[in-house]
Amino acid sequence: MKRLAMLLLRALLGLVILACGTSDGVITVYSGRTSNLIGPLLEDFAESTGIDVEVRFGQSADLALLIDQEGDRSPADIFISQSPGAVGFLAGKNKLQPIENEILSLVPDEFRNVDGLWIGISGRVRVLVYNRDLVEPSELPRSVFELTGERFRGRIAVAPPNGSFQDFVTAMREIHGDDATLAWLEGLVANDARAYPNNTSIVQAVGRGDVPMGLVNHYYNFRAKAEDPGVASENYYFPDRDIGSLMIVTTMGVLSTSDEPELAGKLVEFMLSEAAQRFYSEKTFEYPLAAGVAPSSDLPSLSGIGVATYDFDRLGGGLERTKELIDESGLESS
Amino acid sequence: MKAGSKVPDTADPAGTRSRRQHPGLRLLLALVGIAFLFPIGYLAWGTLSLEGDLWATITGARTLKPLRNSLLIAGSASLACMIVGTSLAWLVARTDLAGRRFWRAILSLPLVIPSFVGATALLSALGPGGLVPFVPRIEGFWGAFVVLTALSYPYVYLPVLARLSTTSPTLEEAARLLGSRSRRILIKVVLPQIWDSVLAGTMLVFLYSLSDFGAVALMRYDTITRAIFSARLFDRATSLTLGLVLAGCALLVTAIERGARPDIRPGKDIGREQVRYSLGRFAIPAVLLPAGVIALALVTPASVFLLWVIRGSTTVGVGYAGIGDGLAFLIRPLINSALASVAAGACAVAVTLPVAYSAAKHRSWLSISAAASVTSVFALPGLVVALAIVFWVIQAPGPLAAAYQTFPLLVLAYVLHFGAQSMRASHAAIAGVPARYEDAARSLGVTARRRLFRIELPLALPGLVTGGGLVLLSTLKELPATLLLAPIGFETLATRIWNAAEDGFFAEVGVTSLVLILLSGALTWALVLRRELHI
Repeated sequence: MKRLAMLLLRALLGLVILACGTSDGVITVYSGRTSNLIGPLLEDFAESTGIDVEVRFGQSADLALLIDQEGDRSPADIFISQSPGAVGFLAGKNKLQPIENEILSLVPDEFRNVDGLWIGISGRVRVLVYNRDLVEPSELPRSVFELTGERFRGRIAVAPPNGSFQDFVTAMREIHGDDATLAWLEGLVANDARAYPNNTSIVQAVGRGDVPMGLVNHYYNFRAKAEDPGVASENYYFPDRDIGSLMIVTTMGVLSTSDEPELAGKLVEFMLSEAAQRFYSEKTFEYPLAAGVAPSSDLPSLSGIGVATYDFDRLGGGLERTKELIDESGLESS
Repeated sequence: MKAGSKVPDTADPAGTRSRRQHPGLRLLLALVGIAFLFPIGYLAWGTLSLEGDLWATITGARTLKPLRNSLLIAGSASLACMIVGTSLAWLVARTDLAGRRFWRAILSLPLVIPSFVGATALLSALGPGGLVPFVPRIEGFWGAFVVLTALSYPYVYLPVLARLSTTSPTLEEAARLLGSRSRRILIKVVLPQIWDSVLAGTMLVFLYSLSDFGAVALMRYDTITRAIFSARLFDRATSLTLGLVLAGCALLVTAIERGARPDIRPGKDIGREQVRYSLGRFAIPAVLLPAGVIALALVTPASVFLLWVIRGSTTVGVGYAGIGDGLAFLIRPLINSALASVAAGACAVAVTLPVAYSAAKHRSWLSISAAASVTSVFALPGLVVALAIVFWVIQAPGPLAAAYQTFPLLVLAYVLHFGAQSMRASHAAIAGVPARYEDAARSLGVTARRRLFRIELPLALPGLVTGGGLVLLSTLKELPATLLLAPIGFETLATRIWNAAEDGFFAEVGVTSLVLILLSGALTWALVLRRELHI
C-alpha cells in the first residue's frame, strides 16, 4: 500500500515537472471575441512561442464585470473586448496598464487609447442592413439622421443593449452633442423603431422580412451570407463620412494585475502581426488595422466609402451618460 | 417577504408527529438555508453600498411596465405548462395512449434546449418563408409565451409523472366499483393526490420564466431581466436593485404556493399495478396532444438545426462547415457537459434533501425559511447568481478562494441556482409517502434513521430522481455561470452553442444543439426515466 502511494506520488511529481518544463510561461486571456474568431490565432501564438494560452470566452460586458469583481485576485492577464465600451469601463476603473509604445505605434492613432491602455486589433463598420425585396436602393437614406423621418416609420430595427450601438451613440454625442443625440433617439421611438437584443437577431429579422432595415455592424450580414447565400439581406454603407458608418474596433488591453505583462505584450504584438491581420481580412470579413494588410476584396475599401473614424479615447467615462440618454428616450422598450 | 409563513399547520402530512426536529437536522437546515442566501446577500450588499434606491426603482415608470410584463408572462406560461404538463403526464402514465413508451422517452427533452436557441429556431421556422409558412410569425407576448411554454412544460410533466407512478390505486378502484365515471374519478380522486406535484412544477415554471432572458429578449417582450442586463455595466445600482425585486417576487410566489398546497393526506398505500384508463373513442384525439407538443417543442427546433447543418457554412477554416466536417471538436464538450450535469443533479438532490424532508415532515419556521431561501435563487438570472458567487468567493479566506474557477465551485453554482427544482420535487415525493408504513414501522420499534433509509427514501425515490433529472437538464443548458466560473478551458455543449450563435455560426449551433438533445435523451433515459416504477 505504502509503495503504491509512493509510486503514485512520484508519477504525479513527474507530471508536474513535465507540465512546467514544456512551456515558457502561461498567460490567461478573457476574451469577449468568440472562439471561432480568435481561437485559431491563439493556437498559432502558443505553437510559435511556446507560451501556453488559457482562454475564457464570454460576453465582453460580462467579462469586464467579472474582472472588476475579481479585483486584485483576477487570474486574467489580457482582456479582449468586442467593442471599446467594455474595455473603456475597465480603463475607467484603473484596471489596465499601458502597452509599450512600439506596439502602440503599429496602428493609427484613432484606433488606440491616448494613454496606451488599450489598442484596436480589427475593425467592423456600422451599416444599415436592408432587405432587397422590401427596400428600393433609391429609398436608402444618405445619413443616419434621416431615419427619424416619416418614410422610415416602423421600418427600422436597432439593438440598444448592444455594445457597438452604445459606442456609436457615444460617438454621435461627441460629434453632434447630447441634445441632438437625445432628439435622434426620441425620434426613433416616436417613429416606431423596433428594439432587438443584438446584431444577429436584427440581421435574421431583416433577412426574413420581419423588418425592412436595421442598424448593425457590417460583419453579421457577411456571416449570414456565408451560411445562406440566398438570404435577402444586404449591407448599405452611409456615404460622406456619416456617423452612421462609424468604425468600431475590437480592442485588447493588459490588466494592471497581470503577473506576466511581458508575455501579454507579446500576444498583443502577435495580434497585430501580418499573419493575424490576414486572418481578420480573409477569415472573419473584418477590417485589418495594421501591418499594411488590405481588407478582403469583398469589403468596400475604407477610403472608397469614407468611413467615419473616431478617436475612441473621447468615449472615456462617457458611456454612463450614453446609457442615461438611451434610458431617457425609452428606446429599449420599443 | 414572509407573508405566507403563517399558513395554519393543517397540512402536516405526517399527522401527529410534530415532535421536535433532530438537532443535527436543524443545524443542517440552517447551513443550507444560509448558503442559499448568499446571492440575495450580494444583491442587498450591492444595493446598499451603491446607494440604490429600492423604492424609487420599484415604483419608477421604467420598472413598472417591465415588472408587470415579467409577472404576466410568468403567470400565463406557468398556467399553460400546468395544464399541458399534467395532461401529458396523465395520458402517458394512466391511459392506453398509443405509443406511450415512445412519448414518455422524449417528452422531457424540450427542457434541454437553451431558450435563446429555441426562440431563434421557432422564429425562423414559423411564419412566411419558414419551414411552417402557413402560421403567423410569433413575436412579443405570444412569442415569448409559446417559447416558454414549449420549453418549460417538463417542469410540470416530470414531477407529476413520477407522482402518478406511485399513487395508490385503491381509491380509484373503489370509486370505479362504486360506478363513478372516469372524469369524476380524475377530478375527485386522482387530482387531489397529485395536486402537490402539479403545484411544485407550476411554481418552477413561474420562477424560471421570471429569470429567463433569452426567449423574452428575442421575442422583443420587455421584461425586468432586460432591464437588469442592460444596466449591468453602467448602472450597477439599478441592476442589483432590480435583482432584489425579482427575488422578492419569488418569495411572494412561494408563500402563495405554500398556502395553496393541499391538506389532504396521501393515500393509504403505494400502487404496484396502476389503474389504466381506456381512452376509447378519444384514442385518436388524445394522441394529438403529445404529438402537437413534440412537433412544436422538439421536431420544429430540431428540423431547423438540421437545416442549418445541411445548409452548411462556406467560411473555410473557421468554425464547423456542415455535413462532412468532423465532429471531434464536440467530444470534450460532450464529456464535460455530461460530467457537470450529473454531478450537479446528484449534489442538488443531496444538498436540498434535508430541507425537502423537514418541510414535508415537520413544519417549523426554520424549515419554511430554509425552503424560501433555496427557492429565491431560482428566480434570479444566471449571470446574477454567478457574479454573486464570484463576489463572495474572491474575498473569502484561503481554501475557499483557492476553489475559485474550479469544478467543485462550478457544481456549487449549479446547485445554488437550481436547488429549488430538486427541493420542490423531493418535497412533493416525501409528502406523498403514506403515513401508514411509517406508523407500522414505528409501532414495531424501528428507529427513525432506519425508517428514513428503509421506508421513506426508497418510496420517495422516483420523485427524488426526477428532481435530480430536472437539475441535470437545466445544467446541460446553463450558460452564464459556466462561462464565468468553469475551470479555464472547460467548454460545455451549451457554451459552444453560445460561442457559435454569438457570431452567427448557425451550422455549428445546429449540430451542437442536436448533440445536446441526444445527450440529454440518453442521460434522462438512463438515469431518470428507466428507474421510475411501473409505467
